[in-house]
Amino acid sequence: MNPPRFTFHRFWAIVLKEFIQMKRDRVTFGMMIGIPLMQLIIFGFAINADPKHLPAAIRSADQGPFARTLIVALKNSGYFNFVREAPTESEAQRLLQVGAVQFIINIPEDFSRRLLRGERPTVLIEADATDPAAVGPAVSATRALAESVFNRDLPGPLSRLRAKPGPVDFRIHAHYNPENITQYNIVPGLMGVVLTMTMVVITALAITRERERGTMENLLATPVRPFEVMTGKILPYIAVGYVQVTLILLAAHFIFHVPMDGSFMLLYGVSLFFIAANLAMGITFSTLAKNQLQAVQMAFFFFLPSILLSGFMFPFRGMPEWAQWIGTCLPNTHFLRIARGILLKGNGLAEIAPELWPLLLFLTVAMTVGVKRYRQTLD
Amino acid sequence: MAAHFPSAATDDFVIDVAGVTKRFGDKTVVNGINLQVRRGEIYGFLGPNGSGKTTFIRMLCGLLTPDAGTGTCLGYDVRTQQAEIKRHVGYMTQKFSYYEDLSIRENLDFIARIYAVPDRAAVVQKSLERLGLQNRSHQLAGQLSGGWKQRLALAACLIHSPQLLLLDEPTAGVDPKARREFWDHIHQLTADGLTVLITTHYMDEAERCHRLAYLAYGNLLTRGTLDEVLTTAKLSTWTVVGPNLRVLADQLRRQPGVEQVVAFGTTLHVSGRDAALLAAAIAQIRTPAHQWTQVRSGLEDVFISLMDEAQDNFS
Repeated sequence: MNPPRFTFHRFWAIVLKEFIQMKRDRVTFGMMIGIPLMQLIIFGFAINADPKHLPAAIRSADQGPFARTLIVALKNSGYFNFVREAPTESEAQRLLQVGAVQFIINIPEDFSRRLLRGERPTVLIEADATDPAAVGPAVSATRALAESVFNRDLPGPLSRLRAKPGPVDFRIHAHYNPENITQYNIVPGLMGVVLTMTMVVITALAITRERERGTMENLLATPVRPFEVMTGKILPYIAVGYVQVTLILLAAHFIFHVPMDGSFMLLYGVSLFFIAANLAMGITFSTLAKNQLQAVQMAFFFFLPSILLSGFMFPFRGMPEWAQWIGTCLPNTHFLRIARGILLKGNGLAEIAPELWPLLLFLTVAMTVGVKRYRQTLD
Repeated sequence: MAAHFPSAATDDFVIDVAGVTKRFGDKTVVNGINLQVRRGEIYGFLGPNGSGKTTFIRMLCGLLTPDAGTGTCLGYDVRTQQAEIKRHVGYMTQKFSYYEDLSIRENLDFIARIYAVPDRAAVVQKSLERLGLQNRSHQLAGQLSGGWKQRLALAACLIHSPQLLLLDEPTAGVDPKARREFWDHIHQLTADGLTVLITTHYMDEAERCHRLAYLAYGNLLTRGTLDEVLTTAKLSTWTVVGPNLRVLADQLRRQPGVEQVVAFGTTLHVSGRDAALLAAAIAQIRTPAHQWTQVRSGLEDVFISLMDEAQDNFS
């Protein structure tokens, strides 16, 4: 018995063949470049976790200077876009109901008078909270506003009416992304999402395609070994993965102006393990699937949690514990932290190490399962 | 190269297997086959569709593991040394199984790299020339017609200079001229010491083999040289020429002892396994209007007779 051993010439034969096939398959190659571009546009430009200029209606029974100041201040916060005035309570409710506005600002009739008397008049802000994420930032901005909005209108002896500071002074420093720009979070994360999406699918098809086209029988009749086939099929797509990474980094820098505090070389280096992990996962699916359709379905099955539970779309720590466990098993979760860490926080190797070894572990497991599942005979 | 092989191959048998069996689920596809193939022989493998020919070949080249039986192929154990067998066997699959999105040259180059063929570029070039493919070397395999695909497949499975060639219906769907060229080529190769096991449905091809085996329902029904197969079959055949053959054929089919009545143009071939019974049946119907002659049974008559017999015994 000859022990299974790796030979370079067989590995290289597979690599060259895959490169030629990739070159011939223009559509797939176009997708490899098109998908990152499309996702950059969709996620990069369209997603905003801090929505501004939300439509709002005012129902003001007070025309005094304080009411005007309040309205102007709300408008200047950038969160509200006063699209109309609601003369009656029922009209205001109707606007909210049909979704014409997301907020109703109710200012009572004796607002200015009661404010001057120090009676702390109430301003009722009604929000359409069907989508909490959409109204959340506006609501917090309003709270912050209340503390300072009238400071200029309450000079001299009236200053006693100004908001009083609390017993503790909270100073909040928002590190790494002080302006709370969504793109800073999304665009580095996109790297992981795009790579998961394309890399898993492309290799998931790799072996099922050979089987469906009948070329597998021939390949199995040659002395080529499972590990040679797998690594040979993976290598060309590592190159494709790097093209995607480069594309996204270029867009991050020149279009979205994402800060790049860390080492490029480190990010490129670490990407290798993530790309390989996804490709190995795809290859493993490929050995499990009976046909190409099944392979794509499996890849999709993997892709969904990778995008939803990895912390790309929703805050990781906001998920229940079981979901966090699933997320922890996915390579994208760790790569997201690495990419954001290196780009935004300027992390070095030491800081990303805790996220690096799970990637390596995943890669090893996926590769092992794939090689074990790859049948060398038609039995 | 020969020194590389273990010399255990007794009597210079390239294939020497006994009791080879393969089951898929509870269906026995290959049932206890014994087969010896000598070096330099062209061994024809015949049998109806689904008789287990492909499965048997796949076991020989290490693509399937036999469920029972022992034996060697090129001196390597068919159950444990599949990796060695793969290195020295050329296998041409029934369905074209090279890469349609690769050119002829790229396909050959790929296979040559896989086998680590020394002096690869020259070998590929020589192989292209030998099969008359050099003018088409940049054509994609997917754009080739059946005959050219077959040439490419043959070139590809010869590129690592195998000791044994396993060809699974290589000439299905190929025109007569290309078939003849193909066979000339095979004969040339065996003259140089290559051994060939080939499956086919064509009788003229079967007659060009040194030895034949006939397989039905997974059982080996007969084997030997053409003469041996014809003699052991003990089938007697008559031909008849004359008017109203269709009526005569109907009459004959009702007679005991008549197993096959086949029309070949203006001639009927009448065969039966029991020579005396057949002669008696013919004597009963015989009239001076028809001209009866006893002839040597053809291979096709023998195989159809074997198949009918097998149907009675195994199905």
